[in-house]
Amino acid sequence: MIIPAGWEAVIGLEVHCQLSTQSKIFSGSAIAYGAAPNSQASPIDLGMPGMLPVLNVDAVKKAVTFGLSVSAKIADRSVFARKHYFYPDLPKGYQISQYELPIVYEGHLDIEMEDGTTKRIGITRAHLEEDAGKSVHEGFQKSSGIDLNRAGTPLIEIVSEPDLRTAQEAVAYLKKLHQLVVYLGICDGNMQEGSFRCDANVSVRKIGAPKFGTRTETKNVNSFRYVEKAIEYEIERQIEVIEAGGSIRQETRLFNPDTGETKAMRSKEDANDYRYFPDPDLLPVVCTQDYIDAIRKSLPELPEPKRARFVAEFGLSDYDAKTLTSSRELAAYYEAVVTASGAEAKLCANWVATDLLGALNKMSKGIEESPITAVAFAALLKRIADKTINGKIAKDVFEAMVAGEGSADEIIQAKGLVQVTDESAIIAAIDDVIAKNPQQLADYRGGKDKLYGFFVGQAMKATQGKANPDALNRLLKERLAG
Amino acid sequence: MSLSPEQIRQVAQLARLQLNPEQVEPYARQLSNILEMVDRLSSVDTAKVSPMAHPLDMVQRLRADAITEADRRDDYQAIAPETQDGLYLVPKVLE
Amino acid sequence: MHTLTIAQLAAGLREKKFSSRELTQHYLKRIDAFDGALNSFVTITAERALAQADAADARLAAGDAGILTGIPLGQKDIFCTQGVRTASGSKMLDSFIAPYDATIVEKLDAAGMVMLGKLNMDEFAMGSSNETSFYGPVCNPWDKTRVPGGSSGGSVACVAAGLAPVATATDTGGSIRQPAALTNLTGIKPTYGRVSRYGMIAFASSLDQAGVVARSAEDAAHVLQAMSGFDPKDSTSVERPVDDLLSGLGQSIKGLTIGLPKEYFADGMSAGVRERIEQAIATLTQLGANFKEISLPNSPLSVPTYYVVAPAEASSNLARFDGVRYGHRAEGAKSLEELYKRSRGEGFGAEVQRRIMIGTYVLSHGYYDAYYLQAQKVRRLIYDDFKRAFADGIDLVLSPTATDVAFKFGENSDDPVAMYLNDIYTIAANLAGIPAMSLPCGFVDGLPTGFQLMGNFFAEARMLNVAHQYQQATDFHQQWPTEYAS
Repeated sequence: MIIPAGWEAVIGLEVHCQLSTQSKIFSGSAIAYGAAPNSQASPIDLGMPGMLPVLNVDAVKKAVTFGLSVSAKIADRSVFARKHYFYPDLPKGYQISQYELPIVYEGHLDIEMEDGTTKRIGITRAHLEEDAGKSVHEGFQKSSGIDLNRAGTPLIEIVSEPDLRTAQEAVAYLKKLHQLVVYLGICDGNMQEGSFRCDANVSVRKIGAPKFGTRTETKNVNSFRYVEKAIEYEIERQIEVIEAGGSIRQETRLFNPDTGETKAMRSKEDANDYRYFPDPDLLPVVCTQDYIDAIRKSLPELPEPKRARFVAEFGLSDYDAKTLTSSRELAAYYEAVVTASGAEAKLCANWVATDLLGALNKMSKGIEESPITAVAFAALLKRIADKTINGKIAKDVFEAMVAGEGSADEIIQAKGLVQVTDESAIIAAIDDVIAKNPQQLADYRGGKDKLYGFFVGQAMKATQGKANPDALNRLLKERLAG
Repeated sequence: MSLSPEQIRQVAQLARLQLNPEQVEPYARQLSNILEMVDRLSSVDTAKVSPMAHPLDMVQRLRADAITEADRRDDYQAIAPETQDGLYLVPKVLE
Repeated sequence: MHTLTIAQLAAGLREKKFSSRELTQHYLKRIDAFDGALNSFVTITAERALAQADAADARLAAGDAGILTGIPLGQKDIFCTQGVRTASGSKMLDSFIAPYDATIVEKLDAAGMVMLGKLNMDEFAMGSSNETSFYGPVCNPWDKTRVPGGSSGGSVACVAAGLAPVATATDTGGSIRQPAALTNLTGIKPTYGRVSRYGMIAFASSLDQAGVVARSAEDAAHVLQAMSGFDPKDSTSVERPVDDLLSGLGQSIKGLTIGLPKEYFADGMSAGVRERIEQAIATLTQLGANFKEISLPNSPLSVPTYYVVAPAEASSNLARFDGVRYGHRAEGAKSLEELYKRSRGEGFGAEVQRRIMIGTYVLSHGYYDAYYLQAQKVRRLIYDDFKRAFADGIDLVLSPTATDVAFKFGENSDDPVAMYLNDIYTIAANLAGIPAMSLPCGFVDGLPTGFQLMGNFFAEARMLNVAHQYQQATDFHQQWPTEYAS
């Protein structure tokens, strides 16, 4: 989509990211996805009388981890507040969140633009809060069912500055954020299960206008593609409304993936009077400098520094480095292959990025579900490096490994694929080919250089592909020269 | 500060309280009296005072991240007004 | 038996003068005889009590008993008791059978105490007369045409009438001390955070604190000792060892400095109450205490501050009662909105509704700074006054507990503000978080009255020591309302 000339969109995202703790933020209930309804809802989660929240240490640690990874400030004192509204998936009638004093504030994330430049997107804040439960509408006539398993799951809400200008930028930011939280191990990133959700604030204005236009908030858009579509729809809709002489109402809208449209939610007169006040059941959360420093020390290597290191240390292209650092697991796999195989890093990169990822892609599997472990994969590359097999044969061995036929060495043994390095055997094969093709030999010697490939092919075939390519080339050239 | 019957209805709506029509006027009078009593606070100079949310100057204690709750759904739902298949029921929610 | 102190009861149990079962049966009989008129219990748990008594007798026989083992008590119906209805005085929770115990219930059970039943109270502890209870008003054993005070009306009435030797109670703005004063009992609200709030149905979280009403400071000390302590389930619970509340009771109070805040002795209290309190000061002076006039200039702002902070927190704490997961649910609601509004409209009484509305209003958009934030700032001023007084060498502060003796039913019930002024002397301690207690200091026209001691944070032992010494020198606390003495 192209934004009409003279117009500009202003976009900010609010991302809800479930923290991958064992238990809930304020209770000892499990947070596993897909459990039987209300089987993970304790009296605290159910908002029963007299129940009190106690904060989960790991939720705090994960929020601080996130903050440090986006160069944000960590509040030495943050405060939980109650946000009030009545809804059946909110058992206490209020959500415990952070309002005036969030734990993380003033950070940023750099995104890559299509033209190769980077753009810095401000992160206003990230605050800790509890998730709500779920309403189930299917299967009931006049009722809705309420499942409070999700109520109390720890979340951080990451609020960006309105620094994004196009749907593509928004998606780039969101993907970057997604990669980051998964890298950090603070979120499983599963968008279908709602572990990573996004609300988009969108407004439009004439370029050069001093103030932002009125914004709408589109709720719970649960895939990258939908985020793009929803934002594009909103931009187009808002421009149309304004150009037709109308004005934009500040409202909450829902994206409908079936139609690709957003629609205003029923607005209630009191919808925004949340009556925030500091939660008297909880005390200020204090993060000391020592605590923050300890977490900083334990931060994993982040995607960007890792990518730069792969380029510098392994001599990879930026493209390969980016591919191989797209997830922490893949990067770790690659590094394990390099170390265990002793093969050239670039060779390893080609094999992992092209062959292995290609095969996994076909199987719709992630690297963590790879049928070939890094060590087993390294064994294959080792046999290329030590010239036991050549690259062509290696592809067959790889296929067999994917099919579960055994280790690289077992397959090479069983199929008799060991490379022929015995020069007399290669010479015999070459001589046989030359003898059978006198015409081609004559033409070649007469100046038809292109026929060289024909002889390579024939000689390879004669050795069932097992000839060492270097040796074969050298010897073939000698014999052809006569 | 006094509250009109209309304001009482708004506050009751925000607090989800169904009031009988005949309660509105007495509530307006009583709440206005309370607010009038409370209005004494407005004349206190608090420019240099930090708000006190808590009597104790303590910080939040943190709990180990461990699952300590067993599934006791049947116990908890034994006192629920209406459930089905483990879900709490409410009149249909429209979105 | 019902005139004995806890120490005497414990001795009697050990000397086999009576068993815990016999003691329990004695109280159950008295409840049966007297409580129809008083209405102090909302639930009598006779079967549970006898089972606990038998267990206590077994512990006594095995030599595995503490001082409280086998001693009966009443539990305010604000504390969740597993398997027993816990209604907090409200129609909203009339059907609520708690699936868990409050921490203090666990602790007192573990000490071997025998719960006779659950005690009547103002609805969600909002009231000063026990007239807001869904289960009807409680009568003052000293004059059944008068209120027992509130919100712990059931707690004081049952102990004053000898239907239990001791009872638990809670205090958000005076709900232990004011009713104790009106029924000739000793009631103590410890430092905020000293007793766990887990399982105690919240009214105003930053003010609520559990405590005891008893027939003497010594009895109160025994039970408070067992209730107190750190609880990891309550984030506001204080991680600090509990002082020994008993060993210091016998200490002399010579040289102790007690502050008399002039703001608390201005107009407001009745002439009779003033005379009784002056007498108490004279007695304590004879015991060696020094008195010094002090000023707590912001204390007169306690009532307005409280009536912003407490309703605000209450409006939030009571938002969970929506008829969905437990509690009262309106019949036949067609929409979610209707379900909420009717369940809450029907389930809450008028005083609770008033406070929810006030609280909702002061937190709502555009009013927060003027009301809630300002009240929090004034709260600090009130707190700072106490801090300064204690830093200046004041050990304890003495004041009236209530302006007058118990009033008649209905006297204040149509005028919330007049009712709220009952708490004029007691609220500051809740706002500051400091411990405070009330103890009997004589009678005005045959009706009991009390005075209040307030201490620095965690000064419970010191307060109880002074109270005990005072009670060694006086016999007001040993007086019984005639009907219930024998």
